[in-house]
Amino acid sequence: MEIDPLIFRLSIFILSIFVGYYVVWSVTPSLHTPLMSVTNAISSVIIVGAIIAGLSGNSDSVFNTSSVFGFLAIALAAINIFGGFLVTQRMLAMYKKKKKDK
Amino acid sequence: MISLNLSAIFYLISGVLFILALRGLSSPETSRQGNLFGILGMIIAITVTFLLVGNFSTGFIFVLIFILLGGSIGAFIAYRIPMTAMPELVAGFHSLVGLAAVFVAISAFLNPEAFNLGTKGNIKLGSLIEMSIGAAVGAITFSGSIIAFLKLQGIMSGSPIVFKGQHPLNALILISIIILIYLLCASQSSNLFWILLAVSFLIGFLLIIPIGGADMPVVISMLNSYSGWAAAGIGFTLENTALIITGALVGSSGAILSYIMCKGMNRSFFNVILGGFGATDSTSSSSNKEQRPVKSGNADDAAFLMKNASSVIIVPGYGMAVAQAQHALREMVDTLKKNDIKVSYAIHPVAGRMPGHMNVLLAEANVPYDEVFELEEINNDFANADVAFVIGANDVTNPVAKTDPQSPIYGMPVLDVEKCKSVLFVKRSLSPGYAGIDNDLFYKENTLMLFADAKKMTEDITKNL
Repeated sequence: MEIDPLIFRLSIFILSIFVGYYVVWSVTPSLHTPLMSVTNAISSVIIVGAIIAGLSGNSDSVFNTSSVFGFLAIALAAINIFGGFLVTQRMLAMYKKKKKDK
Repeated sequence: MISLNLSAIFYLISGVLFILALRGLSSPETSRQGNLFGILGMIIAITVTFLLVGNFSTGFIFVLIFILLGGSIGAFIAYRIPMTAMPELVAGFHSLVGLAAVFVAISAFLNPEAFNLGTKGNIKLGSLIEMSIGAAVGAITFSGSIIAFLKLQGIMSGSPIVFKGQHPLNALILISIIILIYLLCASQSSNLFWILLAVSFLIGFLLIIPIGGADMPVVISMLNSYSGWAAAGIGFTLENTALIITGALVGSSGAILSYIMCKGMNRSFFNVILGGFGATDSTSSSSNKEQRPVKSGNADDAAFLMKNASSVIIVPGYGMAVAQAQHALREMVDTLKKNDIKVSYAIHPVAGRMPGHMNVLLAEANVPYDEVFELEEINNDFANADVAFVIGANDVTNPVAKTDPQSPIYGMPVLDVEKCKSVLFVKRSLSPGYAGIDNDLFYKENTLMLFADAKKMTEDITKNL
């Protein structure tokens, strides 16, 4: 009997929670806001599901109910991806160290 | 066209890059590089998906159009948003993640063939369970974040909305969601799927309305966590490693942030979630209010005190953000530093409306991050400092949290501001903070109240220095 692939995915999931736990505790508190905006951006990797849905129509009919929801999800996720990464970049660029020269 | 196995490896790589993106945030120096890792991971995931589906026909053009459409909106927002509005922005973004998860679940439910999940009306049981969990959590994230957004934006009142039977109602709805998922899996009925979504939107709404405006740091972190679990649920449905890893990362990140915020207020997570804080306390405290003498001063007095100090600690709070006083504050500090006065900033974990909010505002005003300290790092320094300058903070400085076991904020970690030789407290009036309790600090011998708008007062002090 083979192991259900679900078990492998579950293993990845559980281990990733642990990785997340340790990685996030090591994030310095002053960067908690960028942490939230970047997690926002990366959770929008859900766009891969939206793309599959959007491409599901055949060449005769690009739009069916399923693909329309896909396209809408693509737009929403894209707002988050671009918005999330760019606003994080903008914030991180502001964090500067004390100038040494006086 | 690439094989499923190859694509799975690339998805794994983007998952690892996302881990590195979070890892980079352990210090400001590595953070920018971390963000680039994140962007790279996203590009890989999207490219691989195109190659995997391998359908470069008309649909592909539309996908690109929608990416560009969403992308330009996102980029526009990212460049225009003022830093004071970050909490609203993040809440808004959470709602989009939630809604996107719902939409993906809907398209997978309507067209399971495209996702290899079986046929319509006969979806694989495992996938259907994962899909409905992802959709339900996504819907809760969406409506909850919308309420959080409206409260933060001030469109909706920040005061908690409570009514009789609220908790039993919520519990009932949550149980009904579980029953609905069970029935949906048994019957594959699309009607049940829509009902499940509707009920989930409703509970998201009901869960957030009783939570007060100042508890928003916890709410935002919690919704951050939800958006991750929603993504993970969809990741299981699509059998996509990148999504599963990311969902787990984001889920635990949000959970940790909620924990840190709750600890900063010395309240249990359930206490915050059940809501209503601050709604009942205000009445009892106003009844036994007594008139106590307060020393108030003007910008001239404050400037005099600071000029003669050798070290000053600044305690910023949400009021600074509201008054947009961070730039004026930075100018004042520049002047102080020219007079060889040592200045540092003390930040309470729950200052502001989201985790790390004050740090971003100070960074925006060009305050070097190595002058900004967390509560534990700086709390012992107050005893040796000459002046504490409290601007827009209140409850987080209240010594009552250490002395009065009757107080609602007793046990909350507070900044030991009262140990300073003198305290300057910029505030518009003597009104209590959000916890609805009087701050003992106002009436201390060594406290000088500066009644004015934070920005105007700071500018006036700079002129007098």
